[in-house]
Amino acid sequence: MIALMNGNNSLLTLQRISKIFSKGTVDQVIALDKIDLDVAAEDYITVIGSNGAGKTTLLNIIAGVFPPEDGEIILNGRNITKLCEYRCAEFVGRVYQDPHVGTAAKMTIEENMAMALLRGQPRGLRAASNKQRRELFRAALAPLGLGLENRLNTLVGTLSGGQRQALSLVMATLSNPAILLLDEHTATLDPRTAQIVLDLTDMIVKREKMTAIMVTHNMEMALRHGNRLIMMHKGRIVVDMNQEQRAGLTIHDLVVAFERASGEEFVDDSVLLRPGNVVGSSDL
Amino acid sequence: MLSFSLYEGLVYGFLALGVYLTFRVLAFPDLTVDGSFVLGAAVVAVLIINGVNPFLATLAALGAGLCAGMVTSLLNTKLRVPALLASILVMVSLYSVNLRIMGRPNLPLLREVTIFSLTSQLLGLENRLTYQLVVAAVLALIVFFALNWFLRTEIGLALRATGNNEQMVRGAGVDTDKTTILGVSIANGLVAFSGGVVAQAQGFVDVNMGIGMIIIGLASVIIGEALFRPKGVARLLLAALGGAFVYRLVLSIALRAGMAPGDLKLITAVIVIVAMAVPFLQKRIRREWLPPAPRW
Repeated sequence: MIALMNGNNSLLTLQRISKIFSKGTVDQVIALDKIDLDVAAEDYITVIGSNGAGKTTLLNIIAGVFPPEDGEIILNGRNITKLCEYRCAEFVGRVYQDPHVGTAAKMTIEENMAMALLRGQPRGLRAASNKQRRELFRAALAPLGLGLENRLNTLVGTLSGGQRQALSLVMATLSNPAILLLDEHTATLDPRTAQIVLDLTDMIVKREKMTAIMVTHNMEMALRHGNRLIMMHKGRIVVDMNQEQRAGLTIHDLVVAFERASGEEFVDDSVLLRPGNVVGSSDL
Repeated sequence: MLSFSLYEGLVYGFLALGVYLTFRVLAFPDLTVDGSFVLGAAVVAVLIINGVNPFLATLAALGAGLCAGMVTSLLNTKLRVPALLASILVMVSLYSVNLRIMGRPNLPLLREVTIFSLTSQLLGLENRLTYQLVVAAVLALIVFFALNWFLRTEIGLALRATGNNEQMVRGAGVDTDKTTILGVSIANGLVAFSGGVVAQAQGFVDVNMGIGMIIIGLASVIIGEALFRPKGVARLLLAALGGAFVYRLVLSIALRAGMAPGDLKLITAVIVIVAMAVPFLQKRIRREWLPPAPRW
């Protein structure tokens, strides 16, 4: 059965995933509507869509924050549909939109890294950090070029948002999870810092040959990064382009594709106000 | 007076360490303390009266406290009762439990074999204060080193991180319910341990001796933080112990100055208020930016 499910080279498969919030009340929201998604190993997917399209819910479902109402999630041939968040952590690394969520402010960089190092592994009564692990932390932080490797004893709360987000990124990838989830992780950063964190993301994903899903509000970012683009609308995937299909596309092409797929006119201030190439722009 | 405060600071220091663990490390407002302190004392008293070795009895007090903390944290994590309410519920129930354990509202321990009388015999120490100080110091050293080691282990680190950023800890693959249960249990174990030692030192147990213990523990922690401005695990632990000492010293001075023992609760409350208000007022005077008031 495992071989059957994993017949193709897909790493992660979502089958008919539905998520309904406040089910059976007047506030009922269908956040995900029978979603099917196949993620191949080393795919780097960018996900766009307006507010309420279900992008973050999709990530939350994969990360096990809550189970879907219906459907199955298969990772590496293993059904992880019912696994809760801390059990999914073994396979899933995640960087959140808010730098405060991914790191612990009142602990040092070293302590934060020590937490991340043991992602999904049993924790025992050994010392959380030692000389060997510190070397490992330094080696992982050095490529950021932010000098964090020399500040292991600094409290994370004293770092800037960009530094914290870069640290979150290293922490999320430190234990080499099967899949990396990026939830608008540059949205709260200024354009320059956002670009730096984004470049770091590309570098780490490439270097570690990671499989990644990056949610963004920024169409240009979605086009320029990764090797596959997904557009969501009202809990469905309405556009799914691979590398060749999206090559040479402009934001305008994306808007047209969206309108054709969803049958609705595209309305998004950020696109209307800022068409064309805005280098390093970060949408709010 | 100084060495008496030192001794009291050490035995109530375990209480301070317990409160430090819940309030500061786990950010879990735990009021179980008033009940688990007496629980430890009651368990020690009944076991010693029934001829159990006092050191074993003191360990049993620690175990009883662990259980009390476990009930509070299970109510919170598994039944989703808010931490404050869960701990108040356990605290109130423990009053009945303690009465049941003791059989009556108070038990004298004066003629019984305690860890203090055993030590004084063993080391041939005559002076009461000397051997009390020796016992308290040895116990404090053991507890300090044990905690200092534990909080640096992989599990200990996860426990500390839980109080800081639960979301991040779950994201790192740790069941934060378990770390919370572990931390609140250990904290109440320490508090009951403190109660057990205090009962043996003062020679009696009263079912009401736990009233206000949470404030005493908090006072010690807050004084320690205000005075020593600690950074790092070891210093934070030492600050809690040091805070307990300073708090006891202030109380002794107040008693010497002619205050009635009944005034001590009010003095304690004033100490806490002063310790919390002074850093705030200093910033105010320097016209620094201040965040809005925390609600607990």
